[in-house]
Amino acid sequence: MRNIVAFPLLALAVILQSSVVSQMQLLSGYADLPLLMLAAWALQDRVKSGWHWAVIVCLMVGFVSNMPWPVLVLGYFAIVFIAQVLQRRVWQAPLLAMFSATFLGTLFMHLLSFAVLRLSGVPFSFDDVINLITLPSLLLNMLFAIPIYTLMRDLAHWVYPSEE
Amino acid sequence: MNSRSLQTTIIFLVIGGILVLALGGFFGSASRQFSSVLVEVQTWFSSRFLGIQDFVTAPRDIVSLRNRNAELEAQVSQLQAQVIELQQRVNETEILAALVDFSRSNPESTYKAAAVIGRDPSPFLHYIIINRGSNDDIRRGMPVVTNQGLVGRVDAVIADAARVQLITDPASAVNVYLQNADTDAVLLGSVTGDVSLDMISQDTVVQPGDLILTSGLGGGYPTDLIIGQVVTVRTLEFELFQQGTVQPAVDFSRLEIVLVITNFRPVDITPLEPQTTP
Repeated sequence: MRNIVAFPLLALAVILQSSVVSQMQLLSGYADLPLLMLAAWALQDRVKSGWHWAVIVCLMVGFVSNMPWPVLVLGYFAIVFIAQVLQRRVWQAPLLAMFSATFLGTLFMHLLSFAVLRLSGVPFSFDDVINLITLPSLLLNMLFAIPIYTLMRDLAHWVYPSEE
Repeated sequence: MNSRSLQTTIIFLVIGGILVLALGGFFGSASRQFSSVLVEVQTWFSSRFLGIQDFVTAPRDIVSLRNRNAELEAQVSQLQAQVIELQQRVNETEILAALVDFSRSNPESTYKAAAVIGRDPSPFLHYIIINRGSNDDIRRGMPVVTNQGLVGRVDAVIADAARVQLITDPASAVNVYLQNADTDAVLLGSVTGDVSLDMISQDTVVQPGDLILTSGLGGGYPTDLIIGQVVTVRTLEFELFQQGTVQPAVDFSRLEIVLVITNFRPVDITPLEPQTTP
Protein backbone atom coordinates (compact mmCIF):
# COMPACT_ATOMS: atom_id res chain seq x y z
CA MET A 1 0.00 0.00 0.00
CA ARG A 2 2.92 2.33 0.71
CA ASN A 3 3.92 2.18 -2.94
CA ILE A 4 0.70 3.92 -3.95
CA VAL A 5 2.44 7.23 -3.34
CA ALA A 6 4.64 6.38 -6.33
CA PHE A 7 1.79 6.83 -8.83
CA PRO A 8 0.88 10.47 -8.17
CA LEU A 9 4.48 11.43 -7.42
CA LEU A 10 5.98 9.88 -10.53
CA ALA A 11 3.09 11.10 -12.68
CA LEU A 12 3.83 14.59 -11.40
CA ALA A 13 7.54 14.07 -12.11
CA VAL A 14 6.87 12.97 -15.69
CA ILE A 15 4.47 15.89 -16.24
CA LEU A 16 7.05 18.33 -14.87
CA GLN A 17 9.75 16.71 -16.96
CA SER A 18 7.69 17.02 -20.13
CA SER A 19 6.29 20.50 -19.57
CA VAL A 20 8.87 22.39 -17.50
CA VAL A 21 12.25 20.68 -17.15
CA SER A 22 12.50 19.96 -20.88
CA GLN A 23 12.18 23.71 -21.51
CA MET A 24 15.06 24.51 -19.14
CA GLN A 25 17.76 23.66 -21.63
CA LEU A 26 21.47 24.08 -21.25
CA LEU A 27 22.74 23.92 -24.84
CA SER A 28 20.71 20.92 -26.04
CA GLY A 29 20.65 19.01 -22.78
CA TYR A 30 18.29 19.02 -19.85
CA ALA A 31 17.85 17.31 -16.53
CA ASP A 32 16.05 13.99 -16.10
CA LEU A 33 13.69 14.35 -13.15
CA PRO A 34 12.33 10.75 -13.13
CA LEU A 35 15.89 9.41 -13.22
CA LEU A 36 16.91 11.58 -10.27
CA MET A 37 13.84 10.66 -8.25
CA LEU A 38 14.36 6.98 -8.95
CA ALA A 39 18.02 7.12 -7.96
CA ALA A 40 17.31 9.12 -4.80
CA TRP A 41 14.49 6.76 -3.80
CA ALA A 42 16.53 3.62 -4.38
CA LEU A 43 19.35 5.08 -2.27
CA GLN A 44 17.18 5.34 0.86
CA ASP A 45 18.09 2.54 3.26
CA ARG A 46 14.50 1.96 4.41
CA VAL A 47 13.17 1.66 0.87
CA LYS A 48 12.78 -1.76 -0.67
CA SER A 49 10.51 -0.77 -3.52
CA GLY A 50 13.04 0.70 -5.95
CA TRP A 51 12.28 -1.92 -8.60
CA HIS A 52 8.54 -1.23 -8.41
CA TRP A 53 9.21 2.45 -8.88
CA ALA A 54 11.38 1.64 -11.90
CA VAL A 55 8.49 -0.25 -13.49
CA ILE A 56 6.14 2.69 -12.92
CA VAL A 57 8.69 5.18 -14.30
CA CYS A 58 9.17 3.01 -17.41
CA LEU A 59 5.42 2.85 -18.00
CA MET A 60 4.88 6.57 -17.54
CA VAL A 61 7.89 7.82 -19.49
CA GLY A 62 7.20 5.25 -22.21
CA PHE A 63 3.69 6.61 -22.54
CA VAL A 64 4.98 10.14 -23.18
CA SER A 65 8.27 9.55 -24.95
CA ASN A 66 9.04 8.04 -28.31
CA MET A 67 12.19 6.46 -26.94
CA PRO A 68 12.11 2.67 -27.53
CA TRP A 69 10.98 0.60 -24.54
CA PRO A 70 14.21 -1.39 -24.19
CA VAL A 71 16.15 1.82 -23.56
CA LEU A 72 13.79 2.90 -20.81
CA VAL A 73 13.57 -0.52 -19.17
CA LEU A 74 17.32 -1.16 -19.26
CA GLY A 75 18.15 2.42 -18.30
CA TYR A 76 15.85 2.84 -15.33
CA PHE A 77 16.42 -0.67 -13.97
CA ALA A 78 20.16 -0.10 -14.26
CA ILE A 79 19.80 3.12 -12.24
CA VAL A 80 18.05 1.25 -9.43
CA PHE A 81 20.73 -1.42 -9.56
CA ILE A 82 23.53 1.16 -9.45
CA ALA A 83 21.85 3.04 -6.60
CA GLN A 84 21.38 -0.12 -4.53
CA VAL A 85 24.98 -1.20 -5.05
CA LEU A 86 26.20 2.25 -4.07
CA GLN A 87 23.86 2.39 -1.10
CA ARG A 88 25.38 -0.79 0.27
CA ARG A 89 28.97 0.32 -0.32
CA VAL A 90 28.99 4.04 0.46
CA TRP A 91 26.12 4.18 2.93
CA GLN A 92 28.01 6.58 5.20
CA ALA A 93 28.10 9.29 2.54
CA PRO A 94 24.61 9.39 1.00
CA LEU A 95 25.23 12.54 -1.02
CA LEU A 96 28.34 11.01 -2.55
CA ALA A 97 26.27 7.96 -3.41
CA MET A 98 23.60 10.20 -4.95
CA PHE A 99 26.16 12.04 -7.08
CA SER A 100 27.72 8.77 -8.16
CA ALA A 101 24.36 7.21 -9.01
CA THR A 102 23.36 10.32 -10.95
CA PHE A 103 26.64 10.41 -12.84
CA LEU A 104 26.69 6.73 -13.72
CA GLY A 105 22.95 6.55 -14.40
CA THR A 106 22.98 9.54 -16.73
CA LEU A 107 25.97 8.21 -18.64
CA PHE A 108 24.41 4.76 -18.94
CA MET A 109 21.08 6.18 -20.11
CA HIS A 110 22.79 8.33 -22.72
CA LEU A 111 24.98 5.44 -23.82
CA LEU A 112 21.86 3.37 -24.43
CA SER A 113 20.30 6.23 -26.37
CA PHE A 114 23.46 6.55 -28.49
CA ALA A 115 23.37 2.85 -29.22
CA VAL A 116 19.70 2.80 -30.20
CA LEU A 117 20.03 5.87 -32.42
CA ARG A 118 23.10 4.40 -34.06
CA LEU A 119 21.34 1.09 -34.63
CA SER A 120 18.34 2.86 -36.11
CA GLY A 121 20.63 4.52 -38.64
CA VAL A 122 20.57 8.08 -37.33
CA PRO A 123 23.81 9.85 -38.25
CA PHE A 124 25.29 12.05 -35.55
CA SER A 125 28.61 13.36 -34.42
CA PHE A 126 29.76 11.76 -31.19
CA ASP A 127 31.59 14.93 -30.14
CA ASP A 128 28.50 17.07 -30.71
CA VAL A 129 26.34 14.73 -28.67
CA ILE A 130 28.84 14.66 -25.81
CA ASN A 131 29.38 18.42 -25.81
CA LEU A 132 25.83 19.60 -26.52
CA ILE A 133 23.67 16.97 -24.81
CA THR A 134 25.45 14.63 -22.43
CA LEU A 135 27.72 17.03 -20.53
CA PRO A 136 25.04 19.73 -20.07
CA SER A 137 22.52 17.07 -18.99
CA LEU A 138 25.06 15.66 -16.57
CA LEU A 139 25.71 19.09 -15.09
CA LEU A 140 22.00 19.83 -14.67
CA ASN A 141 21.36 16.41 -13.14
CA MET A 142 24.16 17.04 -10.66
CA LEU A 143 22.67 20.42 -9.77
CA PHE A 144 19.23 18.93 -9.19
CA ALA A 145 20.61 15.89 -7.34
CA ILE A 146 20.89 17.49 -3.89
CA PRO A 147 17.36 18.98 -3.63
CA ILE A 148 15.82 15.84 -5.11
CA TYR A 149 17.74 13.66 -2.69
CA THR A 150 16.56 15.78 0.25
CA LEU A 151 12.96 15.60 -0.89
CA MET A 152 13.06 11.86 -1.41
CA ARG A 153 14.75 11.31 1.97
CA ASP A 154 11.94 13.23 3.66
CA LEU A 155 9.40 11.26 1.68
CA ALA A 156 11.05 7.99 2.68
CA HIS A 157 10.90 9.04 6.36
CA TRP A 158 7.22 9.84 5.91
CA VAL A 159 6.34 6.64 4.03
CA TYR A 160 8.53 4.38 6.17
CA PRO A 161 8.50 5.96 9.65
CA SER A 162 11.12 4.79 12.12
CA GLU A 163 9.91 1.95 14.37
CA GLU A 164 11.80 3.26 17.42
CA MET B 1 -21.47 114.22 43.28
CA ASN B 2 -20.26 111.69 45.74
CA SER B 3 -16.93 109.97 45.63
CA ARG B 4 -18.34 106.68 44.22
CA SER B 5 -19.90 108.32 41.14
CA LEU B 6 -16.67 110.29 40.61
CA GLN B 7 -14.68 107.06 40.63
CA THR B 8 -17.04 105.45 38.08
CA THR B 9 -16.84 108.48 35.83
CA ILE B 10 -13.00 108.43 35.90
CA ILE B 11 -12.94 104.72 35.03
CA PHE B 12 -15.29 105.26 32.07
CA LEU B 13 -13.20 108.21 30.90
CA VAL B 14 -9.95 106.20 31.12
CA ILE B 15 -11.48 103.22 29.27
CA GLY B 16 -13.07 105.50 26.72
CA GLY B 17 -9.76 107.32 26.25
CA ILE B 18 -7.90 104.01 25.77
CA LEU B 19 -10.53 102.90 23.22
CA VAL B 20 -10.28 106.19 21.36
CA LEU B 21 -6.45 105.91 21.31
CA ALA B 22 -6.67 102.26 20.14
CA LEU B 23 -9.19 103.06 17.41
CA GLY B 24 -7.00 105.95 16.40
CA GLY B 25 -4.05 103.53 15.83
CA PHE B 26 -1.86 104.86 18.60
CA PHE B 27 -1.52 101.34 20.15
CA GLY B 28 -0.51 99.52 16.85
CA SER B 29 3.01 98.40 17.83
CA ALA B 30 1.95 97.53 21.35
CA SER B 31 -1.00 95.43 20.14
CA ARG B 32 1.22 93.62 17.57
CA GLN B 33 3.71 92.71 20.31
CA PHE B 34 0.89 91.53 22.49
CA SER B 35 -0.81 89.47 19.79
CA SER B 36 2.45 87.83 18.67
CA VAL B 37 3.09 86.73 22.23
CA LEU B 38 -0.43 85.35 22.38
CA VAL B 39 0.01 83.48 19.09
CA GLU B 40 3.31 81.98 20.21
CA VAL B 41 1.84 80.84 23.50
CA GLN B 42 -1.18 79.35 21.72
CA THR B 43 1.06 77.63 19.18
CA TRP B 44 3.16 76.12 21.95
CA PHE B 45 0.07 74.79 23.72
CA SER B 46 -1.48 73.54 20.51
CA SER B 47 1.64 71.68 19.34
CA ARG B 48 2.08 70.03 22.73
CA PHE B 49 -1.55 69.02 22.75
CA LEU B 50 -1.32 67.52 19.27
CA GLY B 51 1.83 65.66 20.28
CA ILE B 52 0.12 64.20 23.30
CA GLN B 53 -2.95 63.35 21.23
CA ASP B 54 -0.76 61.55 18.66
CA PHE B 55 0.99 59.68 21.42
CA VAL B 56 -2.30 58.55 22.92
CA THR B 57 -4.01 57.58 19.65
CA ALA B 58 -0.95 56.26 17.72
CA PRO B 59 -1.18 52.51 18.56
CA ARG B 60 -4.70 52.30 17.22
CA ASP B 61 -3.63 54.04 14.01
CA ILE B 62 -0.66 51.71 13.49
CA VAL B 63 -2.86 48.67 13.74
CA SER B 64 -5.36 50.12 11.29
CA LEU B 65 -2.53 51.21 8.97
CA ARG B 66 -0.99 47.78 9.06
CA ASN B 67 -4.32 46.23 8.21
CA ARG B 68 -4.79 48.70 5.41
CA ASN B 69 -1.27 48.05 4.17
CA ALA B 70 -1.90 44.31 4.13
CA GLU B 71 -5.13 44.85 2.21
CA LEU B 72 -3.37 47.04 -0.32
CA GLU B 73 -0.49 44.60 -0.70
CA ALA B 74 -2.96 41.79 -1.34
CA GLN B 75 -4.71 43.99 -3.88
CA VAL B 76 -1.40 44.83 -5.57
CA SER B 77 -0.40 41.17 -5.84
CA GLN B 78 -3.86 40.33 -7.18
CA LEU B 79 -3.54 43.08 -9.78
CA GLN B 80 -0.04 41.93 -10.70
CA ALA B 81 -1.38 38.42 -11.24
CA GLN B 82 -4.12 39.89 -13.40
CA VAL B 83 -1.56 41.87 -15.41
CA ILE B 84 0.52 38.72 -16.02
CA GLU B 85 -2.59 36.80 -17.03
CA LEU B 86 -3.67 39.56 -19.37
CA GLN B 87 -0.19 39.80 -20.90
CA GLN B 88 -0.32 36.06 -21.49
CA ARG B 89 -3.72 36.44 -23.14
CA VAL B 90 -2.41 39.26 -25.30
CA ASN B 91 0.48 37.03 -26.41
CA GLU B 92 -1.92 34.18 -27.15
CA THR B 93 -4.22 36.51 -29.03
CA GLU B 94 -1.32 37.79 -31.13
CA ILE B 95 -0.26 34.25 -31.96
CA LEU B 96 -3.83 33.25 -32.76
CA ALA B 97 -4.31 36.34 -34.91
CA ALA B 98 -1.20 35.45 -36.90
CA LEU B 99 -2.44 31.87 -37.27
CA VAL B 100 -5.86 33.07 -38.41
CA ASP B 101 -4.17 35.30 -41.00
CA PHE B 102 -2.14 32.32 -42.14
CA SER B 103 -5.19 30.06 -42.44
CA ARG B 104 -7.08 32.76 -44.36
CA SER B 105 -4.20 33.15 -46.78
CA ASN B 106 -4.15 29.35 -47.30
CA PRO B 107 -7.83 28.52 -47.70
CA GLU B 108 -7.18 25.21 -49.49
CA SER B 109 -6.36 23.56 -46.16
CA THR B 110 -8.47 23.19 -43.05
CA TYR B 111 -6.74 23.75 -39.76
CA LYS B 112 -7.23 22.90 -36.15
CA ALA B 113 -5.36 24.95 -33.57
CA ALA B 114 -3.68 23.15 -30.70
CA ALA B 115 -1.61 24.26 -27.75
CA VAL B 116 1.79 22.75 -27.07
CA ILE B 117 1.61 21.15 -23.62
CA GLY B 118 4.85 19.21 -23.43
CA ARG B 119 7.98 17.87 -25.01
CA ASP B 120 9.64 14.50 -25.18
CA PRO B 121 11.42 13.74 -21.89
CA SER B 122 14.53 12.57 -23.77
CA PRO B 123 16.95 15.25 -25.02
CA PHE B 124 17.84 12.99 -27.95
CA LEU B 125 14.37 13.17 -29.48
CA HIS B 126 12.48 16.20 -30.74
CA TYR B 127 8.78 15.69 -30.23
CA ILE B 128 6.08 17.94 -28.84
CA ILE B 129 2.78 17.02 -27.25
CA ILE B 130 -0.34 18.94 -28.25
CA ASN B 131 -3.71 19.11 -26.54
CA ARG B 132 -5.77 17.79 -29.46
CA GLY B 133 -6.34 14.14 -30.19
CA SER B 134 -8.61 11.70 -31.95
CA ASN B 135 -11.65 13.33 -30.32
CA ASP B 136 -10.82 16.38 -32.45
CA ASP B 137 -10.32 14.30 -35.62
CA ILE B 138 -6.56 14.44 -35.41
CA ARG B 139 -5.01 11.48 -37.19
CA ARG B 140 -1.51 10.09 -37.47
CA GLY B 141 0.53 11.63 -40.27
CA MET B 142 -1.25 14.98 -40.37
CA PRO B 143 1.16 17.89 -40.97
CA VAL B 144 1.59 20.51 -38.27
CA VAL B 145 2.45 24.11 -39.12
CA THR B 146 2.56 27.61 -37.71
CA ASN B 147 2.17 30.87 -39.57
CA GLN B 148 5.97 30.80 -39.98
CA GLY B 149 6.25 27.39 -41.60
CA LEU B 150 6.35 23.64 -41.22
CA VAL B 151 6.69 22.23 -37.70
CA GLY B 152 6.38 18.47 -38.23
CA ARG B 153 3.73 15.81 -38.38
CA VAL B 154 1.53 13.90 -35.99
CA ASP B 155 3.27 10.73 -34.88
CA ALA B 156 0.91 9.24 -32.28
CA VAL B 157 -2.61 10.08 -31.17
CA ILE B 158 -4.69 9.40 -28.08
CA ALA B 159 -8.16 10.69 -27.29
CA ASP B 160 -7.25 14.17 -26.09
CA ALA B 161 -3.60 14.60 -27.06
CA ALA B 162 -1.16 13.85 -29.81
CA ARG B 163 2.58 13.59 -30.18
CA VAL B 164 4.16 15.51 -33.04
CA GLN B 165 7.51 14.65 -34.57
CA LEU B 166 9.36 17.89 -35.30
CA ILE B 167 11.36 18.26 -38.48
CA THR B 168 14.39 18.70 -36.22
CA ASP B 169 14.05 15.14 -34.88
CA PRO B 170 16.93 12.87 -35.91
CA ALA B 171 14.51 10.36 -37.45
CA SER B 172 12.77 13.02 -39.55
CA ALA B 173 13.33 13.26 -43.30
CA VAL B 174 11.32 15.68 -45.43
CA ASN B 175 11.39 15.89 -49.20
CA VAL B 176 11.95 19.54 -50.03
CA TYR B 177 12.19 21.81 -53.01
CA LEU B 178 14.74 24.61 -53.29
CA GLN B 179 12.80 27.37 -54.97
CA ASN B 180 15.59 29.46 -56.44
CA ALA B 181 17.78 26.54 -57.47
CA ASP B 182 14.73 24.68 -58.83
CA THR B 183 15.83 21.34 -57.45
CA ASP B 184 14.76 18.72 -54.95
CA ALA B 185 16.59 17.70 -51.79
CA VAL B 186 16.01 15.98 -48.47
CA LEU B 187 15.82 17.84 -45.18
CA LEU B 188 17.19 15.88 -42.24
CA GLY B 189 16.92 16.51 -38.54
CA SER B 190 19.63 15.80 -36.03
CA VAL B 191 20.14 14.86 -32.40
CA THR B 192 21.21 18.40 -31.56
CA GLY B 193 18.13 19.96 -33.16
CA ASP B 194 19.87 21.37 -36.22
CA VAL B 195 18.41 20.71 -39.65
CA SER B 196 20.45 20.09 -42.76
CA LEU B 197 19.98 19.49 -46.44
CA ASP B 198 21.21 16.43 -48.24
CA MET B 199 20.80 14.78 -51.64
CA ILE B 200 21.36 18.02 -53.55
CA SER B 201 22.59 17.16 -57.00
CA GLN B 202 26.25 18.08 -57.62
CA ASP B 203 25.45 19.99 -60.81
CA THR B 204 22.98 22.31 -59.07
CA VAL B 205 23.99 25.77 -57.96
CA VAL B 206 22.54 26.51 -54.52
CA GLN B 207 23.02 29.91 -52.95
CA PRO B 208 22.77 30.85 -49.28
CA GLY B 209 19.37 32.41 -48.70
CA ASP B 210 17.51 30.08 -51.09
CA LEU B 211 13.99 29.38 -49.88
CA ILE B 212 13.18 25.80 -48.90
CA LEU B 213 9.63 24.47 -49.38
CA THR B 214 8.08 21.05 -49.05
CA SER B 215 8.04 19.26 -52.39
CA GLY B 216 5.21 16.85 -51.62
CA LEU B 217 7.23 13.92 -52.93
CA GLY B 218 6.57 10.74 -51.01
CA GLY B 219 3.13 11.90 -49.95
CA GLY B 220 4.14 12.67 -46.41
CA TYR B 221 3.55 16.43 -46.56
CA PRO B 222 1.55 18.83 -48.72
CA THR B 223 3.47 20.92 -51.22
CA ASP B 224 4.81 24.45 -50.79
CA LEU B 225 4.95 24.68 -47.02
CA ILE B 226 7.76 27.00 -46.00
CA ILE B 227 10.59 25.37 -44.07
CA GLY B 228 13.41 27.89 -44.00
CA GLN B 229 16.43 29.19 -45.85
CA VAL B 230 19.75 27.73 -46.90
CA VAL B 231 22.59 29.06 -44.77
CA THR B 232 25.66 27.32 -46.16
CA VAL B 233 26.32 24.78 -48.88
CA ARG B 234 29.11 22.22 -48.77
CA THR B 235 30.31 20.82 -52.05
CA LEU B 236 32.94 18.09 -52.09
CA GLU B 237 33.96 16.62 -55.41
CA PHE B 238 34.38 13.08 -54.12
CA GLU B 239 30.85 12.95 -52.70
CA LEU B 240 27.74 12.10 -54.67
CA PHE B 241 25.63 14.97 -53.36
CA GLN B 242 26.00 18.44 -51.91
CA GLN B 243 24.96 19.15 -48.35
CA GLY B 244 23.77 22.31 -46.73
CA THR B 245 22.82 23.80 -43.41
CA VAL B 246 19.41 25.36 -42.90
CA GLN B 247 17.94 28.17 -40.84
CA PRO B 248 14.39 26.99 -40.08
CA ALA B 249 11.60 29.55 -40.34
CA VAL B 250 10.03 28.25 -37.14
CA ASP B 251 11.59 28.88 -33.74
CA PHE B 252 11.15 25.40 -32.29
CA SER B 253 12.11 26.48 -28.78
CA ARG B 254 9.17 28.88 -28.57
CA LEU B 255 6.30 26.81 -29.91
CA GLU B 256 3.09 27.63 -28.05
CA ILE B 257 0.22 27.18 -30.47
CA VAL B 258 0.33 25.18 -33.70
CA LEU B 259 -2.07 24.36 -36.50
CA VAL B 260 -2.80 20.80 -37.57
CA ILE B 261 -3.78 20.46 -41.24
CA THR B 262 -6.74 18.14 -40.88
CA ASN B 263 -7.73 17.70 -44.52
CA PHE B 264 -4.40 16.19 -45.54
CA ARG B 265 -4.07 12.43 -45.54
CA PRO B 266 -0.50 11.15 -45.93
CA VAL B 267 0.08 8.54 -48.61
CA ASP B 268 1.83 5.36 -47.63
CA ILE B 269 4.05 4.48 -50.58
CA THR B 270 5.83 1.62 -48.85
CA PRO B 271 4.11 -1.08 -50.98
CA LEU B 272 5.28 0.74 -54.12
CA GLU B 273 8.92 0.84 -53.08
CA PRO B 274 11.05 -1.76 -54.86
CA GLN B 275 11.99 -4.76 -52.76
CA THR B 276 15.68 -5.26 -52.20
CA THR B 277 16.82 -8.72 -53.21
CA PRO B 278 19.26 -10.50 -50.91
